[in-house]
Amino acid sequence: MKVLSEKLFGGKQGAIGLAILSLLLFVVFPLWLDLFRLGLIGKYVTYAFVAISLVLLWGNGGILSLGQGMFFGLGGYCMAMFLKLEASDPISTKIQTTPGIPDFMDWNQLTALPWFWEPFKSLTLTILLVLIVPTLLAFIIGFAMFKRRVGGVYFAIITQAIALILSILIVGQQGYTGGVNGITDLKTMLGWDIRTDSAKYILYFANAGLLIACMLLARYILTSKFGMLLLAMRDKEERVRFSGYDVSNFKIFIFCIAAMISAIGGAMFTLQIGFMSPSFVGIVPSIEMVIFAAVGGRMSLIGAVYGTLLVNFGKTMFSETYPELWLFLMGGLFIAVVMFFPDGLAGVYEKYATKFNLTGKLSKLMIKFNKSASVTDELVGEKP
Amino acid sequence: MFGYSMEEVGNIVVMQGFSGLSLFSVLLLMALGLAIIFGQMGVINMAHGEFMAVGAYTTVFLSKIAVSYDIVNSYFVFAIVAAFILAFFIGYFIEFLLIRHLYKRPLDTLLATWGLSLVMQQIFRSTFGAKEVSAELPEWLLGSFKPTEDIDIPINGVFVMGLALIVTVGVYLFMYRSRWGLRVRATMQNRVMAGAVGINTKKVDRLTFALGCGIAGVAGAAFTTIASTGPTTGSLYIVDSFMVVVFGGAASLMGTIASAFGIAQAQSILQFFMTSSMGKVATLMTIVIILMMRPEGLFASKVRK
Amino acid sequence: MSNSDRRQFMKKTTALVAVSLALGLPIGINSAVAADFPTATVNTTGLAVDDTTVKVGILHSATGTMAISETGSIQAEKLAIAQINEMGGVLGRKIEVIQEDGASDWPTFAEKSKKLLENDKVATVFGCWTSASRKAALPVFEKDNGLLFYPTFYEGLEQSKNVFYTGQEATQQILAGLDWIAKEKKAKTFYLIGSDYIWPRTSMKIARKHIEQHLGGTVVGEEYIALGDTQFGSVINKIKLKKPDVIYAAVVGGSNVAWFKQLNAAGLNAKKQNMLTISVTEDEVLGIGGENLEGFYSAMKYFQSLKNPNNEKFVADFKKAYGDNAVIGDVTQAAYLGPWLWKAAVERAGSFDVDKAVVALPGYELTTAPEGYVKVDPNHHLHSKLRIGQWRKDGQADVVYESDLIAPDPFPKGYQ
Repeated sequence: MKVLSEKLFGGKQGAIGLAILSLLLFVVFPLWLDLFRLGLIGKYVTYAFVAISLVLLWGNGGILSLGQGMFFGLGGYCMAMFLKLEASDPISTKIQTTPGIPDFMDWNQLTALPWFWEPFKSLTLTILLVLIVPTLLAFIIGFAMFKRRVGGVYFAIITQAIALILSILIVGQQGYTGGVNGITDLKTMLGWDIRTDSAKYILYFANAGLLIACMLLARYILTSKFGMLLLAMRDKEERVRFSGYDVSNFKIFIFCIAAMISAIGGAMFTLQIGFMSPSFVGIVPSIEMVIFAAVGGRMSLIGAVYGTLLVNFGKTMFSETYPELWLFLMGGLFIAVVMFFPDGLAGVYEKYATKFNLTGKLSKLMIKFNKSASVTDELVGEKP
Repeated sequence: MFGYSMEEVGNIVVMQGFSGLSLFSVLLLMALGLAIIFGQMGVINMAHGEFMAVGAYTTVFLSKIAVSYDIVNSYFVFAIVAAFILAFFIGYFIEFLLIRHLYKRPLDTLLATWGLSLVMQQIFRSTFGAKEVSAELPEWLLGSFKPTEDIDIPINGVFVMGLALIVTVGVYLFMYRSRWGLRVRATMQNRVMAGAVGINTKKVDRLTFALGCGIAGVAGAAFTTIASTGPTTGSLYIVDSFMVVVFGGAASLMGTIASAFGIAQAQSILQFFMTSSMGKVATLMTIVIILMMRPEGLFASKVRK
Repeated sequence: MSNSDRRQFMKKTTALVAVSLALGLPIGINSAVAADFPTATVNTTGLAVDDTTVKVGILHSATGTMAISETGSIQAEKLAIAQINEMGGVLGRKIEVIQEDGASDWPTFAEKSKKLLENDKVATVFGCWTSASRKAALPVFEKDNGLLFYPTFYEGLEQSKNVFYTGQEATQQILAGLDWIAKEKKAKTFYLIGSDYIWPRTSMKIARKHIEQHLGGTVVGEEYIALGDTQFGSVINKIKLKKPDVIYAAVVGGSNVAWFKQLNAAGLNAKKQNMLTISVTEDEVLGIGGENLEGFYSAMKYFQSLKNPNNEKFVADFKKAYGDNAVIGDVTQAAYLGPWLWKAAVERAGSFDVDKAVVALPGYELTTAPEGYVKVDPNHHLHSKLRIGQWRKDGQADVVYESDLIAPDPFPKGYQ
């Protein structure tokens, strides 16, 4: 039991962190925020999936992928294709030349559903494909590149180019993909209206639950022997290779896992926001997601989640009040994080938490953290 | 042949050959600065496109002045020099503030310079407005040169080509035939040894980075003749620039030239026979596949590190 | 307020409307005071309307890649609102603007629409620019029963109860323009070129059908450019090989500038080649440069150089507000219509309620529009004219053709 908790929660420290995060996501936000703001948090949380995938891949594996948006997008597209098919039943599309196919296909003179849309008629297959398609793509890319020992900067630039190719393709093949507008106007899932208030709450909680689950999975991977190897690979790849391990297989594996986690985020994004568009597949979102992880702390799963929430919250707040200043702030933040806080918020927290032993003059944020920390400490203490 | 006369086909082949060459010089100009910064120094400068924009905006700004003093026909050469100088000094300054702290963490330079590019874009937007602007071009840069009745050779293309040639030769002379170049190469190959023999490696770093930025500025100035200038113009070029440098084999000047040539010809021909956007996809795809098979690029550096 | 009260009130307003119509008076202008329209009557759905003010939203990209295009729309909408406030507001209430930034990011548009409708309870929103942003925001407007005035000329194939489209849909912009150039230039062969996304593709589809079925011409090439691509060498050579009578172009954004500069440099200027474009307004000319456009044609419903008293006043007001260098493109003018149409809708309905305003607007004729006269169709688009402008070197266009009033047809039969 102890071993498992050690592995899943990362010891007492890790368990407290997770408990605070769960408390925030499941209790504080839903009680404190109205549905509109909660929906925003829900959206940010879907980005957090990508951020934690980057913690695995980049922080611990030393592999910087600038194409995570591509996996997020693919997961989202798979889900969107299912929802779109359900929204385009023959009755609600009867004004089209060919009823029963998505509206954008009809506008592009398609008269039958393309073969690769067929599996998305079934929810089970869709969920499988959400997990498989991005993972498979990651496997192909990873296999081709890691087997040839492409790494570091080259890997980053090539993944970026692949993300660009994919986004041009999606935009260009609009008869099959909805083009630049993406797949929009999604309504129901198996007859359940995803636009209602109650659905929004349910999806929010499901989303937050999945995030915690993915964090546990990631934590488990990191604390296992594999996680140790990952770190070793990051720091001294040659030495790991000389010890008889096939480094490339590990890299492929972690790249696939990271792709799958990102894809789950993408699928949840589609469900909550109600559409998916190529603007999540390209270069800019992929880099932004790296930034979320960097701000939170590339080594820390929990840090990455907070980083995502904070950067996005800041983006929303600032772009509402000072749209001109926003880019300065965002750019400045990246530079500052890289230059002064390479371990992000998590690094800052660690430094000050140990220095002041969780008391003393901490920032406002830290005080909030501490308050809830002591509350949960009691809660956790009472449980057994 | 396909319902066209031999003469028509001949004319198109000539013009198509020229547009391939012209694309080649565009790619080469884009990539040369980056080849120095990324290839030689290992700094992933995501703000490279924004340094081009610095050059482009300098040209636009000077063109406004030129119009008011009625010297439109002669200002352009000065604009290129000014673009170089301005981008050079901004690069010098940025290296001092930012880049020099990050030499040991190449992936982090990517993030920091991405941040830098956002800041620079917003500076452009606040200073010159969100709308695209265009430089008033001298008469001699407009229109086309006609060797025969049916062949048009764009003068701005010839101009960009000439400039690319001058810059390439300049870079070559600088890197391989000057004492400075020797110091740069020595520092990049073995920093400690270079320091030990009395080279001021910090100064070399700063000048090298600034030089790369300066060349980006020249490229930006030249591109005002063929494309637009807006706050986000730079981001249009960044992926292409990196692809050229990586494809060529990062540390090799010859590689950059060869890769720019190969990519330009491939893209130009594919875009002729396919639709433009699919031609672009096919080109990128080919590059990625070749890079997967030959990750070190066309011309691998022979130096052991 | 009881039902019968409301009915009586409705009767009164209807009578008022009828009288003013009979007398040819502009309805409510200057005379409306808030006291005549108690808040409880004119706002039964909990919108942000009180006795002295009404809140509306403006939702465009002030940052990001689309800020280039959307800035003009923001300016025009603000100008119209300021002018309406000077005249006494709407139903005696001053308009307060809540401006949100869509940041060129489509989910942000959806998110901000939700904020405007659910948190701020705005009576209407003027906004969105690209089709993608509208598509993203549309489900929000439909679910929350909001009201959106959308200014951009677009591909059609859409009609929502909650949206009024103040720009032209594709057939309005395309058919008459093609007819004109086919007749004027005796054009038989056409080369279609556009950026690679939905608006150019849909437009080209309609254009191709029209050319092949109604004009008896042929399309010798159809080409799409990836968004943001700036290299046109090969495309231009293809055009040179095909020698079309007319190039029909819908290239947008940064590509647009490169397209014209390189076309010109390749010797294809207006002296040698006819070109009709549907994506160049005065705003784009700033970036492209007049010398590269000189002599080419644009098909738009509005040009800044239009000669009529409405437009002269509008241009003067716009320049007064935003400086002498400000230019006004087609979309900017369409955006300017939004607040005026909304004012008319509310005043005709005698209520800020979305359901009532939506029903009241169709049939309305706006005679003070800078483009001249427009009429709101029951399909929520505007009846408007198409004009062909020939560009001059100074960045303004000479209007060389003006069509009759064209009815909007967002789902054109025979063109799908």
